[in-house]
Amino acid sequence: MALPSYTETRYRIWHYIYLSICAFVFFFLIAPLFVIFPLSFNAEEFLVFSEGMKNLDPDAFSLRWYKDMVYGTKNPWGLAAKNSFIIAIFATIGSIILGTLAALGLSSRHMPYKGIIMATLISPMIVPLIISGVAIFFFMAKVGLAATHTGIVFAHIILGTPFVVITVTATLSGFDHSVTRAAASLGSNPVNTFMKITLPLILPGVISGGLFAFVTSFDEVVVVLFLAGLENTTIPIQMWTGLREQLSPTILAVATCLIILSTLILISAELLRRRSERLRGINR
Amino acid sequence: MSSETKQILTTDGIPLEVSLKKAEKKNKIKAFLLVAPLLLFLIITYIFPIGEMFTRSIDDKMITNMLPKTFKEMESWDGKELPPEAVFSAFYYDYKSLVEKQEHGKLGQRLNKEKNGFNSTTKRLFRNIKRKKIDESISIKEQMIKVHPNWNKVEYWQAIKRTAPPYTLAKYLKGMDMYYAPDGSIVQVDEDRRIHRILWLRTLEIAFFVTLFCFLMGYPIAHLLATLPMKYSNLLMICVLLPFWTSLLVRTASWMILLQQQGVVNDFFVMIGLVADDNRPEMMYNKVGTYVAMTQILLPFMVLPLYSVMKTISPSLMRAGKSLGGTPFVAFWKVYFPLTIPGIGAGCLLVFILAIGYYITPALVGGASGTLISNQIAFHMKQTLDWSFASAMGLMLLTGVLVIYWIYNKLVGVDNIKLG
Repeated sequence: MALPSYTETRYRIWHYIYLSICAFVFFFLIAPLFVIFPLSFNAEEFLVFSEGMKNLDPDAFSLRWYKDMVYGTKNPWGLAAKNSFIIAIFATIGSIILGTLAALGLSSRHMPYKGIIMATLISPMIVPLIISGVAIFFFMAKVGLAATHTGIVFAHIILGTPFVVITVTATLSGFDHSVTRAAASLGSNPVNTFMKITLPLILPGVISGGLFAFVTSFDEVVVVLFLAGLENTTIPIQMWTGLREQLSPTILAVATCLIILSTLILISAELLRRRSERLRGINR
Repeated sequence: MSSETKQILTTDGIPLEVSLKKAEKKNKIKAFLLVAPLLLFLIITYIFPIGEMFTRSIDDKMITNMLPKTFKEMESWDGKELPPEAVFSAFYYDYKSLVEKQEHGKLGQRLNKEKNGFNSTTKRLFRNIKRKKIDESISIKEQMIKVHPNWNKVEYWQAIKRTAPPYTLAKYLKGMDMYYAPDGSIVQVDEDRRIHRILWLRTLEIAFFVTLFCFLMGYPIAHLLATLPMKYSNLLMICVLLPFWTSLLVRTASWMILLQQQGVVNDFFVMIGLVADDNRPEMMYNKVGTYVAMTQILLPFMVLPLYSVMKTISPSLMRAGKSLGGTPFVAFWKVYFPLTIPGIGAGCLLVFILAIGYYITPALVGGASGTLISNQIAFHMKQTLDWSFASAMGLMLLTGVLVIYWIYNKLVGVDNIKLG
């Protein structure tokens, strides 16, 4: 942002102060993520930069914590990763189905009590997780689903659907309903119209909602802490216990993998958002 | 107009108005059926259990069910003097049947919470019943008083009477550091034992300041992102979105590494000579850690709503303000800032709602002085197993959050929540 040449000095100074504040905030946001990378390659057991690392001594770096993560005998990361992926995938599928249907209904102008129903459907996102955790735990314990994968999947569907509802309703807000009417007038039944016309158009919104639901489930720890037994341990639970008890560099190796995963998800979400805007004819 | 004015009919011969209403109704039902599966699912697995938390939090049926005869007899007792023989014998028979069911221990413990000394008082009665020392043909009142002198004290009988109603607000009072005094009035606990009030105030304080910090840091960068050309702002947007998509535990872990005593931040302070090497400040396991980590974690939730509002403000407005003679500051304050207020409201409410219920980060970096009300709820759920108290505190917190949610809904509208 270049300043016009006639700018007075005091505004010029103020402008540079403003830019440095912004630089500081961006640094504050992103820098903490990057401290994890080098430390996860630490050859020593401590979570501080050793003298060797500061001098860029190659011997100070190693892959031993990554080996420990994968091959470590006592490490539960394998089981945790398997559980996390299974739970997150099923929770995502459930959230997408329920959330998309609900969003289709909510976007109809005939929907009665729209405000209150929308507020109810979004509420799991707003209610503090600890309260959701307690309530869901009481329910799952009563129906005998505590400490089962099914119970956790249901819990994560509850927490994930608001994201799908929000993104799909947003996509549908720019949706041209005359195309579905055109399909109907050409003799297509509603299901066929949905599969061939509506779904391809709102697909970016559905997938990006699904990504939110996936990340929500994959990263969720509060509710799982109430629900999970030893068999249902997930990556967040292992990290939580690790951070509370034996703070080991293996956690940083796992964290590095998670950052790479979130980078991939961010890129896909951004690409989808742009595609969705293009499909809906929003050009910025 | 004559009544013969022809109604407009559809091809089936039905009046158009009726036919239209029918079609509208059909559409309404169709729309509702689409929402129904999720709504039903949420009501059963989520809304209803939250309601159950409420019944659990006020539930006090345990004693009511244990001493049915006693409470029936007590109805006619005024509670001022020692109860009559009938109450004594009713209690005796209730207690005897509890002994047979081996549930007398629970009663003693529960009554002991109401009045200290009840545990030993009931235990002695239990031993006498076990050894069949009580003669049921003569006055039970006198025998019970002989067993333990406490039965002769009216306070103990008053305590039993207090437990009669099947519902109690005691857990809510406990959450506010109050309790029922023996005469039934509500009193506060001693000054030095008011832990819950401290926690509520601290939760509000931390949520407020985190919101403030997020606003102060988020506003400038949202402005920069909204005014920069697209190719630069897209790049900088990653700095906001990457933390947003990264696991909460990963971000908390990185703050734990940064803020520890031998950590990078302290290293930096030593290097620039701010603190001495042997006197590194403790920045974790206290409020500082909670503030820093929570601000960074919640900042994206402030930036994104602000950005989406600022993006819609035309830059020509600022130019117009300046060309009409305003200095850049005046133009900003009088033109730009008022237009961003919807975004400020949305961002602040969202961050405040999220901050007030935070659990993971305070538990890991907060230490003892940085824990919030959520941590206390988790503690009672997992450690003391006082689930009704945890439910009561959870619902008190929920009430606060729902009030803010309602304001948010009025001001911003839930369907306007922006994600990414």
